[in-house]
Amino acid sequence: MEHYKMNLTLKVWRQKSKDFKGHFETFKVSDISSEMSFLEMFDVLNEKLVAEGKEPVAFDHDCREGICGMCSMYINGRAHGPWHETTTCQLHMREYKDGDTIVVEPWRANSFPVIRDLVVDRSAFDRIIAAGGYISVNTGNAQDANALPIDKQKADESFAAATCIGCGACVAACPNTSAMLFVSAKVSHLALLPQGDPERKTRATNMIHQMDTEGFGSCTNIGACEAECPKGISLENIARLNREYIGAVFSGSKD
Amino acid sequence: MNWKQSFSTSIGKKLQMSLTGLFLITFLLVHCYINAQIFYQDGGTRFKEAAHFMGTNFVIRTVEIGLFAFLILHIVQGLLLWAKNRSRRSVGYAVSAGNKTSPWYSRSMALLGTLVLLFLILHLSKFWGPNRYSMTFGSGELDLYAMMRDEFQTTWVVVVYVLGCIALGWHLLHGFYSAFQTLGLGTHKYKGMIKTIGVAFSIVVPVIFALMPVSFYMHWVS
Repeated sequence: MEHYKMNLTLKVWRQKSKDFKGHFETFKVSDISSEMSFLEMFDVLNEKLVAEGKEPVAFDHDCREGICGMCSMYINGRAHGPWHETTTCQLHMREYKDGDTIVVEPWRANSFPVIRDLVVDRSAFDRIIAAGGYISVNTGNAQDANALPIDKQKADESFAAATCIGCGACVAACPNTSAMLFVSAKVSHLALLPQGDPERKTRATNMIHQMDTEGFGSCTNIGACEAECPKGISLENIARLNREYIGAVFSGSKD
Repeated sequence: MNWKQSFSTSIGKKLQMSLTGLFLITFLLVHCYINAQIFYQDGGTRFKEAAHFMGTNFVIRTVEIGLFAFLILHIVQGLLLWAKNRSRRSVGYAVSAGNKTSPWYSRSMALLGTLVLLFLILHLSKFWGPNRYSMTFGSGELDLYAMMRDEFQTTWVVVVYVLGCIALGWHLLHGFYSAFQTLGLGTHKYKGMIKTIGVAFSIVVPVIFALMPVSFYMHWVS
């Protein structure tokens, strides 16, 4: 595709902290290259703001390779922008044309309070993992990698679930602000492997309990999470989480 | 958390919606089959026999109590879930994804359910209510076939019935699949089958129901 330059209008959410009321601020950016990533376009905006002595827009980012799960913008009504299975850092400006207006919002969920501008606090996910997303292993020398035979299909499904980067796009996209796709991926990748067996009867219940405590909404199987997930985590994982939960509740050793 | 408390977690509430929903789906199937007897064109003989059995059989009358209990649970739990989920995002998005990431009816279950409920109140007050009242306090069973024939001569009643069936169809289109997904059956093995049967059910059953008032109105059934 041919390289071109464009002038854009950005409507960006500005918020000092979770205790302040936020508002949209409009910026004009010019000479944006179609080869830039969306975050590079924000870098250009921020350099301009700093040069003008204004406060730059705070946004989350880290690897900029689409694998860390830090970036988190809600762009023109879409989590991580309009591209399928793409994080914001991998969205490129060739998606837009000269004169476009782009509305950029933070992930909006009460469980993800705004820290500043487009940065939200996703530590609720860490607490859900801590509640059950672990396995028991023996100390001492590592076992031989092939000591435990694992069915190929299960290994593949487990790996597919483990590609969840915990970015929170599922919560942002869900009309109910449910975290079920995230929790289901984290439960699935352990439930499918023999290493996950010892905690099997408590993992799903503990993680769901923590998910509810954090104030996420209930899943109603709408499917917007799957449509927006940059890693293509499937709704089948939610079905598996439901099975794990039912199995844990009715056959577990707890009362 | 013991197993009884587990019904009050977010998945537990989903399970309540799913199980009561599947019970109501089964009810729809039976109700549709019984009422479709009018299409035999026999002056309502078979329909009256079936209606008499459903109205007087001890087992059916006992299940009827369960039906109302599950219906009320489905409605109350559904509305509570809707209200709770809406409260989880105090500041809404300025731009929404709309239908790009999910079909409208999957996001509108509370609205569609409420429309079905409003229709249901009218429906019960026209047939089930007067019949049960007459059986308990009056002169026994009413002629439901004659009541249908008379009621469905009024245009607005027929229109409301057809609209109720349309709302029911959209509600089922998401609800049928959703009930099985909640039970953990939405896997690649069964998902296609469940969705196909769900679409067929959501079209066929409401269409048969809608044909009943329309047929009386148009005098297709004599």
